[in-house]
Amino acid sequence: MTEQANRITIAILALGGQGGGVLAEWIQHVARSEGWLAQGTSVPGVAQRTGSTVYYVELARDDGTGRLPVMAQMPMPGDVDIVIASELMETGRALLRGFSTANRTTLIGSTHRIYAIGEKQAMGDGRGSGERILEAAHERSKRFIGFDMEAATDRSGSVISAIMFGALAGSDALPFPTESFRAAIEHSGIAVKSNFAGFDEGFAAAQQPVAMPVETQTPVPAPTTAEGRRLAARVEAELPAIAREAALRGVARLIDWQDHGYAALYLDRLAAIRALDFAPFTLTAETARHLALWMSYEDTIRVADIKTRAGRTDKIRSEVKAQPEQLMGVTEFMHPRFQEICETLPKGLGRWLLNSDLAQRLVGRFFAKGRHVETTSLRWFAALRLVAAMRGMRPRSLRYAEEQERIENWLALASEQALHDRDRAIEIIRCQRLIKGYGDTFERGLGNFNRIVAHHQAKDLPAAEIARLRELALADEGCSQLNEALSA
Amino acid sequence: MAERSFKSEVRKLELGEGETFTGEGILAVTKALLQSGVAYVGGYQGSPISHLMDVFADANDLLESLGVHFEASASEATAAAMLAASVNYPLRGAVAWKSVVGTNVASDALSNVSSGGVTGGALVIVGEDYGEGSSIMQERTHAFAMKSQMWLFDPRPNLTSIVDSVEQAFQLSEASNTPVMLQLRVRSCHMTGSFTAKDNIRPPMTVGDAASNPNRDTDRIVLPPANFLHEVEKIEKRWPAGLAFVRDNRLNEWFGPAEVDEGIGLIVQGGLYNNLNRAMELAGLADSYGESKLPIYCLNVTYPLVPDEVADFCRGKRAVLVIEEGQPEFIEHELNTLVRRAGLDTRIAGKDVLPRSGEYTAKAISKGLAAFLRAEAPAMAPAEEVESPLAPAVATQIPPRPAGFCTGCPERPIFTAMKLVERELGPAHVSADIGCHLFSILPPFNIGNTTMGYGLGSAGASAFKPKDKRAIAVMGDGGFWHNGLTSGIGNAVFNKDDTVTLIIDNGYSAATGGQDILSSRAKNENRTTNNPITRAVRGVGATWVREITRTYDVPRMRDTLREAMTSPEKGPKVIVAQSECMLNRQRREKKQKAAALKAGERVVRERFGVDAETCTGDHSCVRLSGCPSLTIKPNPDPLRQDPVAHVENSCVGCGLCGEVSHAAVLCPSFYRARIVANPSRWERAKARIAGAVIGSWQGAIERKRAARAF
Repeated sequence: MTEQANRITIAILALGGQGGGVLAEWIQHVARSEGWLAQGTSVPGVAQRTGSTVYYVELARDDGTGRLPVMAQMPMPGDVDIVIASELMETGRALLRGFSTANRTTLIGSTHRIYAIGEKQAMGDGRGSGERILEAAHERSKRFIGFDMEAATDRSGSVISAIMFGALAGSDALPFPTESFRAAIEHSGIAVKSNFAGFDEGFAAAQQPVAMPVETQTPVPAPTTAEGRRLAARVEAELPAIAREAALRGVARLIDWQDHGYAALYLDRLAAIRALDFAPFTLTAETARHLALWMSYEDTIRVADIKTRAGRTDKIRSEVKAQPEQLMGVTEFMHPRFQEICETLPKGLGRWLLNSDLAQRLVGRFFAKGRHVETTSLRWFAALRLVAAMRGMRPRSLRYAEEQERIENWLALASEQALHDRDRAIEIIRCQRLIKGYGDTFERGLGNFNRIVAHHQAKDLPAAEIARLRELALADEGCSQLNEALSA
Repeated sequence: MAERSFKSEVRKLELGEGETFTGEGILAVTKALLQSGVAYVGGYQGSPISHLMDVFADANDLLESLGVHFEASASEATAAAMLAASVNYPLRGAVAWKSVVGTNVASDALSNVSSGGVTGGALVIVGEDYGEGSSIMQERTHAFAMKSQMWLFDPRPNLTSIVDSVEQAFQLSEASNTPVMLQLRVRSCHMTGSFTAKDNIRPPMTVGDAASNPNRDTDRIVLPPANFLHEVEKIEKRWPAGLAFVRDNRLNEWFGPAEVDEGIGLIVQGGLYNNLNRAMELAGLADSYGESKLPIYCLNVTYPLVPDEVADFCRGKRAVLVIEEGQPEFIEHELNTLVRRAGLDTRIAGKDVLPRSGEYTAKAISKGLAAFLRAEAPAMAPAEEVESPLAPAVATQIPPRPAGFCTGCPERPIFTAMKLVERELGPAHVSADIGCHLFSILPPFNIGNTTMGYGLGSAGASAFKPKDKRAIAVMGDGGFWHNGLTSGIGNAVFNKDDTVTLIIDNGYSAATGGQDILSSRAKNENRTTNNPITRAVRGVGATWVREITRTYDVPRMRDTLREAMTSPEKGPKVIVAQSECMLNRQRREKKQKAAALKAGERVVRERFGVDAETCTGDHSCVRLSGCPSLTIKPNPDPLRQDPVAHVENSCVGCGLCGEVSHAAVLCPSFYRARIVANPSRWERAKARIAGAVIGSWQGAIERKRAARAF
């Protein structure tokens, strides 16, 4: 912003409810208080309900003649001095719409994500990639100020509009003193204190280099017991470097899920795959990950254990922002079905019950409805602990027998493939991704897995085709695309 | 009560002579009406003119003190019919709505009032919802002005011009006995700016005065033979009077030199003037104050065109570019006729260089103008721009953000239940309506086959006479009272339709900003509310009527819907699903809760959460809910790839997540946290004991776990 400029154009890209309108008003207030003319426009319409909205503010220096400039009503691509975007993909949208121009535009954008419905509803991972947005943001602006505005909002206990306002002041892109910005907040008279906190946070962040949201890394588990160290040593000795991290995580997970013996079984199975593999050992690495996940399938025992762990309540307290002096009760929404109960029982009994009409009628109705399980009450806590304590019996359960058989078949198929075509073996292993969830979700996933495997066994599919079918299985809930591909 | 309170804006309506009004465009219009001595105002809310209605609703005291009658009309037809007050009496009246949809609804009354003509100034303010962000069909109000012969204002988008045109419109209306439309584009309605105010004027005659002294003139009634005389009168008297007023008062404007050597000029709709100027400025043909290097004829009145003015402007010019948004290009057609009639051979350019459809942004005008100049005055044409769009690999990563239901919206569980029933019975034909519930068409619900207009959900399903599967119609409470009771339910009863109608009763006309309606549960001092929809439905003869008073009860919603779909009973099946609009509820409860917290009272807050450890990242919950606060986050488990579900702190604890995971047997990952501020002593003691026992139990478990750990 040069001293000679008589006009400043500002586009604000925000989502409904983020206070883009408030920000636009503050900016106009600052400008007017500094003797400039200001005009703001927007198209709220239905966009106010979670859609993305563009606010446009135009400022003009009063030339003292009383003449009024003709102001534009929307940002014109290539003619925008300042762009403020409240989210990473909205920053991207500003670039897409050509609002940000190299050598001209000060681009202030958040680097955090608010996922769009299309990304959220995917059956797997539907997230758009933000990396190249940042690259383009640098290329297509005079100056790019990017930071995690959501984190800044949390830190300051404020709202994102105050953060953006602070960042705008801190960017020095407007020829107005900071006091005028603060005066605008004061003038609006709403939540002044927290807005000031947010303003300061945004102001400071504008002085920093571009920063992505901080990602928490889960450290690779280190053994703490003698048995654990023995297993860790096996990982080191038997597996290639590329597979070790996943294998260590897998071992830790399976010990927690069952016991050391079960983790040893995992390493045995992995070693068998390793024997068929060679550099770069992708098959072994992928198996390390997928085998650990399958072997630690979700069952009622596991869920009961997770729901009653020490530290969970504290974690929830901090997540829901409960104050120390406030009480918190936690209720779970559980829906164990008759089938899942039978599967937890010893194999023979479970199978007999499942096949018995009488049992289904007598016991089944107790499990027809969902339960509200209050884990913070003694009664329900005790009940869940009882279920969790069935861990010792798990290897004799019906579900265990079923899952181990499926796992063995899967590994056998992958091993057989590995002898001829390692890529096919890898894709077979990756199909484990389809098996997840509970109830109907689990059954659908397992059904798709079985059908893809059967199709492959009948038609001897190339690796790419297996991968394609797997993607199709995740394309829609009704499996219509997969069905079509399988019947073609 | 509306979503936004305008109590502070109302004060701006009281500004007097010489004071500066600074605010939104639509509020400036409101002030302009009072300055023009308006006697009555009505209208139907809808973007972008909702604020006009809301401000008047909040300005009751001021209006009463001025003797101005204000009505929140039942529909646009009601509002238009209200203009009948200006037919026999010198009353200035104004009505407002969203166009073109509202104009469609109003058109019968508009035709009638236009045919008979008016004595007092009659003004229709239309918020033209065209272009970016619009939710309606892209048509022009211009056609209505033409077919009924109403004059159409399209003022330059600055508050002074807009406010002046309100007063001029009343004068024009009275001078030509013709109703006038004032068209405001969305951005102009929401545009901030300033103008110098005048004193408000009490109407010289109030609606009460008129009613006490009725005046009858059968020549004003649309009935033979008067209706034939009206047509003659329109052409022979009102048309010339209108043209004379527009011309004599110079309502249109001229900018730039009268002529340039290149022999070209520009004709622009007033509403697009600012965009044109920006396009010219960037091409070096104007400065920021509108000092133009080319002759511009700016149409603040876009209908009718004034033949003399057009001929004078075009005379001596080889080519003129008309910048006219929307299609068909009525003005361009008319200009060609007028130029021909004037014996000129000026070429009229327009849609040949400008886009045939879509909003005329400064960018669009810029390109069209450049094309025009390249053809007619190459020396003036700006260099061709090289565009560098974002690389597709980057662009495709940016997800679209369709509008959706708000956090905690009570309409969402209704569609969740519909999806669950769809799983059992297979898909049914769904006739959707207008309102927030129309978001069901979008992901994640993808429910709805057609939408035929406000309150027309049931009517849209009326052709489907089912053999074995009933069609489902959706209707909101707003649409129900707008016309759905008669056009939908009444029609279905009369014609023995076997369809299922779901009436979504959230207590407000929610999509337009949460205004009260007949069935609103709120007490409204100035309106009559609390008239149950079920009573109205039964009143027109429906017998299978079910009322669900908590939409979040998904199993009940699902079971009732299934029953409606499968019940042997013939005739329309009507389900009224009630829960208050969450936006309005939060607005009310947040304040109460904050006050209670401050006073140290016991306050309970609920919100949901997801255990990332048990979530496997299938996102069924998202597909059955779509709540903005239910989102995803990277999986904290490095072995897993798919992101896990996650509930943000914006969650209002509506309960749908829990209901869904039960009703659809999803997964055990959801939990509900119930946070009690200022708990009672008994609660505290109970929690302390449970906490202590659970804590020591957990301690023992963790010691054992550590012993058998990795």
